[in-house]
Amino acid sequence: MKVLAMDTSNQVMSVAILNDNQVIGEYTTNVKQNHSVRLMPAIDRVMKDAGIQPNEIEKMAVAVGPGSFTGVRIGVTTAKTMAWSLNIPLVGVSSLELVAYNCILFNGKICSFFDARRGQVYAGLYESNGDHLKVIGEEKNILFEDMLKDLANLNEKVLFVSNDLSLHKETIDQILGDKAVFASNYLSLPKAAVLGLLASNREAAPIHNFVPNYMRLAEAEANWLANNQGKNKNG
Amino acid sequence: MLNKEEIILAIETSCDETAMAIVKNGRELVANVVASQIESHKRFGGVVPEIASRHHIEQITVVLDETLAEANMTMDDIDAIAVTEGPGLVGALLIGVTAAKSLAFAHQKPLIGVHHIAGHIYANRLLQEFSFPLLSLVVSGGHTELILMKDHGQFEVIGETRDDAAGEAYDKVAKTLGLPYPGGPYIDKLAQQGKDTFHFTRALLNEESYDFSFSGLKTAVMNTMHNAKQKGEQLSSEDIAASFQQSVIDVLVEKTFRATREYKVKQLIVAGGVSANKGLRKRLEEKFANEEVELVIPPLHLCTDNAAMIGAAGSIAFQQGHRAELDLNANPGLSLEKYAKRNKNIPSQ
Ligand SMILES: [Zn+2]
Repeated sequence: MKVLAMDTSNQVMSVAILNDNQVIGEYTTNVKQNHSVRLMPAIDRVMKDAGIQPNEIEKMAVAVGPGSFTGVRIGVTTAKTMAWSLNIPLVGVSSLELVAYNCILFNGKICSFFDARRGQVYAGLYESNGDHLKVIGEEKNILFEDMLKDLANLNEKVLFVSNDLSLHKETIDQILGDKAVFASNYLSLPKAAVLGLLASNREAAPIHNFVPNYMRLAEAEANWLANNQGKNKNG
Repeated sequence: MLNKEEIILAIETSCDETAMAIVKNGRELVANVVASQIESHKRFGGVVPEIASRHHIEQITVVLDETLAEANMTMDDIDAIAVTEGPGLVGALLIGVTAAKSLAFAHQKPLIGVHHIAGHIYANRLLQEFSFPLLSLVVSGGHTELILMKDHGQFEVIGETRDDAAGEAYDKVAKTLGLPYPGGPYIDKLAQQGKDTFHFTRALLNEESYDFSFSGLKTAVMNTMHNAKQKGEQLSSEDIAASFQQSVIDVLVEKTFRATREYKVKQLIVAGGVSANKGLRKRLEEKFANEEVELVIPPLHLCTDNAAMIGAAGSIAFQQGHRAELDLNANPGLSLEKYAKRNKNIPSQ
């Protein structure tokens, strides 16, 4: 089974091709550059190096967010368009979970997060037994301080893994003290190879209504809902 | 010369319509699907870019599915993929460009980037062959331009708006009159029942340049209404609409007329969403009734944004040898002249 996997949901861009759960090639960068310009040439390159033709791909895997709205749309549009037109299954994986999987060997709680500005993060909490990850509660868009206070109450070690760690490390230290453990930077980058492996035992999604998990409404939509719900309450 | 049929799949997502079409030999429309988001954006009184992008990604494979089904074709029947690369909303353009690249790569087909306005002009070639030199008046929510074409794929902008596009002014005046979005058709309808009693400014009418300006007119209309309101007077919406529309049409028609004479054009093509305006159509028909110039105005479904026009323009670019690479990006500010130059540099086949 030949799987093409990609993640463009945040600053890191990663593309991988796998065959029967063997990673044949992966291309990953951690630079602030345009995913729109670089994604398709990267796919082309990885596939050429692997000696695999586009019509040989048997499954697509993509990170569905959260992340940059535009960034995640590039990966998801590519994956769903290719999957539909090649008539092959499409699997979506949470962008947060994908990063958490880098730390699968850590036995205990893992917190994967992306900065979401103004003190907020997109974050997920997982429990690892060294072999499997289980999500605890829901991944959410939350004020990081609120989440960290809840984590402090658990009174156990939590591993933090994030490419945006430097922005929040101080706050984590302040609130969790020696209960906080940090994954090194190379573990903090999402790897499309991991995504491709995860996709092997996940169910394919219906393609037409496959959309990113933005985890946030568009600002105009949120304002509109607030106004209209307010009117309903008053009226 | 074409020995075999040339089948182009075209994609257009520059604003609030997710559109795809299949065009045969540059002139024959095989399938044309447009998924409009207008109902969603009406809530906000205009197109919200982030929401447009979200709708495009929801619709992209649905529209592709419908388009191929309507044509009774598969990707194997397609010779090339054409896509609007600009101008437009960057996030919206990106969905079409990304989908086009994905299809081009997955099925190993040539990829062609198309300028949105070139598309609007080429919509007319689905009805009638061009005769050069031709002049095109492009009027829409985002554009007011006079474009001279001496040959296929060559575009010379001889006049453009210095501020608001005509359609933009329509939307703003409509809003002031309390009309729904998009306001153009409503103003057009009201204007039929009113008279030009206010004699609003005709900006740049007597200047030699072919440029337009509609922001002063918009302000004049708004001031007139504001002043009346302060005095407690009730103005006739019909007369406001008629006076506003009269001013817009006077300038558009007069400048277009002068340009057709100066450049001795054989054809005048009116393109873009505002060309659906009844008042504008009527005045153009009157003005050009006794001229040698052939006036061509497309039917409504080809005036508003669609992908058939991108397929028609893409076919010419394809024949002229233009190919985009897999690093093609959305190009929200792409100028028509830069686009034309790119086509011209490639030797024709
Ligand atoms: Zn348009």
